[in-house]
Amino acid sequence: MKKQKQNNPFNLVAEEIIFIILDLLNRNSLAIKSFSLVCKSFYAVESKHRCSLKPLRQDRLPALLSRYPNITHLDLTLCSRVSDASLSLVSHSCASSLRSIDFSRTPLFSTYGLLGLALNCKNIVEIDLSNATELKDSALAAVAEAKNLEKLSLARCKSITDMGVGCVAVGCRKLRFICLKWCFGVGDLGIGLLAVKCKHLCFLDLSYLPITNKCLSSISKLQHLEELVLEGCFGIEDDSLAVLKHGCNSLKSLDVSTCQNISHNGLPSLINGALGLRQLTLAHGSPVTSSLADCLRKHSMLQSVKLDGCFVTDDGLKTIGNWCASLRELSLSKCSGVTDEGLSSIVTKHGDLRKLDITCCRKITDASIASITNSCKSLTSLRVESCTLVTREAFVLIGQRCHLLEELDLTDNEVDDKGLKYISRCSELSSLKLGICLNITDEGLIHIGKGCSKLVELDLYRSEEITDSAILAIAQGCPGLEMINIAYCKYITDCSLLSLSKCPQLKTLESRGCSLITSLGLKAVAVGCKELTKLDIKKCHNIDDAGMLPLARFSQNLRQINLSHSSVTDIGLLSLASISCLQNMTILHLKGLTPAGLAAVLLACGGLKKVKLQATFRWLLPLRLVQYLESRGCMFQWKDKVLQEKLDPKCWKLKLEDLMP
Amino acid sequence: MDLKDKVPQHASFTQHQQKWEDPSILDYSRRVESPFLAFNQTHTSQIKVPVQHGVVNELVQASKVQDWDPSAMLDNLSFLEQKIHQLQDLVHLIIGRKGQVLGRPDELAVQQQQLVTADLTSIIVQLISTAGSLLPSGKHTLSAATPSLEQSGQFGGVVFPSAQGLNDGFQPPNAGGCRVSGLPNSVDISRKHGNEQNHIIEEHELKDEEDVEEGESLIPGTYEILQLEKEEILAPHTHFCTICGKGFKRDANLRMHMRGHGDEYKTPGALAKPNKESGSEPTIIKRYSCPYTGCKRNKDHKKFQPLKTILCVKNHYKRTHCDKSYICSRCNTKKFSVIADLKTHEKHCGKDKWLCSCGTTFSRKDKLFGHIALFQGHTPAIPLEEAKAPAGPSDQGDSNQAANKVGSMNFNFSSNVSSESEVQSSMDIKGNVDDPACYFSPLSFDTCNFGGFHEFPRPPFDDSESSLAFLLSGSCNYPQKSGED
Repeated sequence: MKKQKQNNPFNLVAEEIIFIILDLLNRNSLAIKSFSLVCKSFYAVESKHRCSLKPLRQDRLPALLSRYPNITHLDLTLCSRVSDASLSLVSHSCASSLRSIDFSRTPLFSTYGLLGLALNCKNIVEIDLSNATELKDSALAAVAEAKNLEKLSLARCKSITDMGVGCVAVGCRKLRFICLKWCFGVGDLGIGLLAVKCKHLCFLDLSYLPITNKCLSSISKLQHLEELVLEGCFGIEDDSLAVLKHGCNSLKSLDVSTCQNISHNGLPSLINGALGLRQLTLAHGSPVTSSLADCLRKHSMLQSVKLDGCFVTDDGLKTIGNWCASLRELSLSKCSGVTDEGLSSIVTKHGDLRKLDITCCRKITDASIASITNSCKSLTSLRVESCTLVTREAFVLIGQRCHLLEELDLTDNEVDDKGLKYISRCSELSSLKLGICLNITDEGLIHIGKGCSKLVELDLYRSEEITDSAILAIAQGCPGLEMINIAYCKYITDCSLLSLSKCPQLKTLESRGCSLITSLGLKAVAVGCKELTKLDIKKCHNIDDAGMLPLARFSQNLRQINLSHSSVTDIGLLSLASISCLQNMTILHLKGLTPAGLAAVLLACGGLKKVKLQATFRWLLPLRLVQYLESRGCMFQWKDKVLQEKLDPKCWKLKLEDLMP
Repeated sequence: MDLKDKVPQHASFTQHQQKWEDPSILDYSRRVESPFLAFNQTHTSQIKVPVQHGVVNELVQASKVQDWDPSAMLDNLSFLEQKIHQLQDLVHLIIGRKGQVLGRPDELAVQQQQLVTADLTSIIVQLISTAGSLLPSGKHTLSAATPSLEQSGQFGGVVFPSAQGLNDGFQPPNAGGCRVSGLPNSVDISRKHGNEQNHIIEEHELKDEEDVEEGESLIPGTYEILQLEKEEILAPHTHFCTICGKGFKRDANLRMHMRGHGDEYKTPGALAKPNKESGSEPTIIKRYSCPYTGCKRNKDHKKFQPLKTILCVKNHYKRTHCDKSYICSRCNTKKFSVIADLKTHEKHCGKDKWLCSCGTTFSRKDKLFGHIALFQGHTPAIPLEEAKAPAGPSDQGDSNQAANKVGSMNFNFSSNVSSESEVQSSMDIKGNVDDPACYFSPLSFDTCNFGGFHEFPRPPFDDSESSLAFLLSGSCNYPQKSGED
């Protein structure tokens, strides 16, 4: 082929055009790979075109960086560790091109690596250092050398203090986005300085910081601040907020969830000036009464309100109904006090709602569903999880009236086959959750398979009446299926897995507790579903080493596997080491697992980041081995759980309800 | 703001060089000249010995002449010459007497010798004080010293042969020696001045603010403004004994001292506070102006804020317009011009753990952050132990050094990163810091032998090694085989 086409027609096509073609291919990594393997020129073009890289292992970095010279975004989250040597390599190979780097799960580098990066990569605008819990202020002093930095994420960097943030504030004047969530060492002084020095800030996440109003006054002077997250800032109180006359005028999104000390007295001080406010989150805060809702009456731009977990009164909901804004998104999940009357008064006024979450609103009945479906015809997302008073007839209304639904969560409801038949009219549906819906059978799902061809995600957790024919219908009708949960569907056999193997996009398969499936079915999935990344076959007793071999060979994208309570032994586990992506392994209660075999497995799987093991192995494995693996970037979780008895699903459900208020 | 004020003065320094008495320049000329000052002082401190040969005076003059306005210098020189002639006469007298005294040590000779010695020391004191204060400016010292010269001339022949007078007479040179010993410090400071400029300037500003807080709101014109000259402010003693020349800080101390010179000083009138005698017009409130032009405390300033007392003037002038010659012995960083400030600082020195990149330390974190918010380019300095510098351990106490190292660390690194091999070497140095780096060996599936790890435990693993080795050899090939299928 190649020899024949010496005058390759693609030579006549400008590189830019091929780049555009590649842009369109970008969603599918396999397609890009195939493209680059066609010929040398394609390979070269692809190398030039690629600008983002997400390597699995740091030892491949040298080769990758020399192949792709134009990398602007480097995502190192999959590398179990990143040493300073790798960082210096990165900072030299991509000195001018690199604009964004993500370390959010790779804490094993030091200040020096960061400093080199910051000094060499002059054009770097984005650094994500989330979860680097050991990161010290000195590292932030290094980050401060990146003078063009615009975006910095430091979530869960617990060891940093005001001093480090001060360095960043002084060094990175162009900063526009900073996330300091869970940086418990940072207080008013650091944030105050940040607000004084970085005038261009437009996103500020200060969740769970020990800050008070002292820094709020300087934050309120930021001219460009659009998004402010103050979740769990318990130090911010009404009294102190009253000092702020107008708050941030430019604010578009405010999150004050879990700030119990902010009520209708203080909230206006924060948002009164912000007439452009679009999004407000008051979750788990003070009760939503009419006086609180009244604060927001005049905010005409408001589109999204989240009141999750708040106590809500009918008056409050009625006042929300009288706002001049027309809401697009409303979340009332786990709100106590939501009644049919209150909910109806909201939805009749806000007919433009696109997303509605009424999870665990246990007092609502069919009347609410009727008014929702009547008024909000353009809903795209509806979550009705655990609304136990809603009867099976109500779900018919959803299918009849809301045809634009893309996401529907009916977990733990009375919905039945008739309901599903009507719901199958929602042809745009991409995510459907039917966990613990004990009334549904194959019949309903066959309707779904016929009607909802765009389904990507299907949850059938503990919907016990489901059998192979339902899965066959789904697999045939929904070729784009990426995630399916058939856990504890006890009638599922290998036939289901054979049908699912025809879904080439399948990424996540959860078949926990399906005791009838065997290694044969697993082999079919492994061969058919090349994209498989997450596999949960816990308590699948019939799966043994024979199932692991095809996985090891074909599922090269597998990242996460749960093999607890299966019949897999040392040999099967060891074969998995050939999956270079494998990062997360849960291997509890494996009868065939020996300490020596386990040691070999752990050493062989070089990319492991997280392993869940029985606590007994802790003392059976050599301490130095564990230390070595930990230094390689692998985290151990030692579980000491006693084997639980098999529960009757209904009994299990009752137990769950008892726990809930 | 202060910086802006000072820079043009620097620029105009050469223009004003001729008008050296311009007070705004004094500060600078003093700094510039301070090396000479030190040089001179080493001689003046030894003045007692060479003065008998009459050589030192030329030395003093010669070295002085270089930097000063010739016409003004001439006045001083003629004045000195006058004094030297007196001194020479006295020395001749002493030489003449000494011969006799050595031959016949009778009572009269002893008495005469004491008289002459007292006279001589008095003149030496005058000379020293003249020479000492001549160096910074000269002009004012001249006028201040002249009356006392006349007085000493008057009293020259009067017999006051008390032992106390003799002792007192010896002390002033010592006091002069004290000042001299203080001066080399100021020389050091002026050398460092370039580095420390930011530091000093901002300290000025802070002090100014403090002064403003002290300020009261008096309506201009309702009080009398007094302005002391720089030399008066800086003089260690403001009250001098007209007989023996001993200086005192306080008027009351002088009066106590005067009692020793005779009964006429023991009268209630002589011992009374001089202010109380002239207490007929105490209605006008006195306020003070700083002689430094451009200073907010100077009466010509637009927003003039007067100083309350002479002590305020002294402290203000020293803090704001003088070199900081007192260095904290603990941190070797903080400098003060008022010794009381040093003592206050030393009480809590070492507790200042909040460090700015400019080297300034703060005892409170909020003060540091306020400082950083105010000044462009200043940044919090991360303590070294945290920065894990490869340079090894450093003095914890020397925060200035620490700040330098923080800077140099950056610099070193930026040069290191320019070539990859150097980075590697720097990595090696601090290998123990970055533990995983030790482990950095591409461990892939085929390197499953345990020999490769430095820290891998041979003994504990030996137990299971045989079985494990078997497993490994068996299973290592396994996935590859399946791949070939």
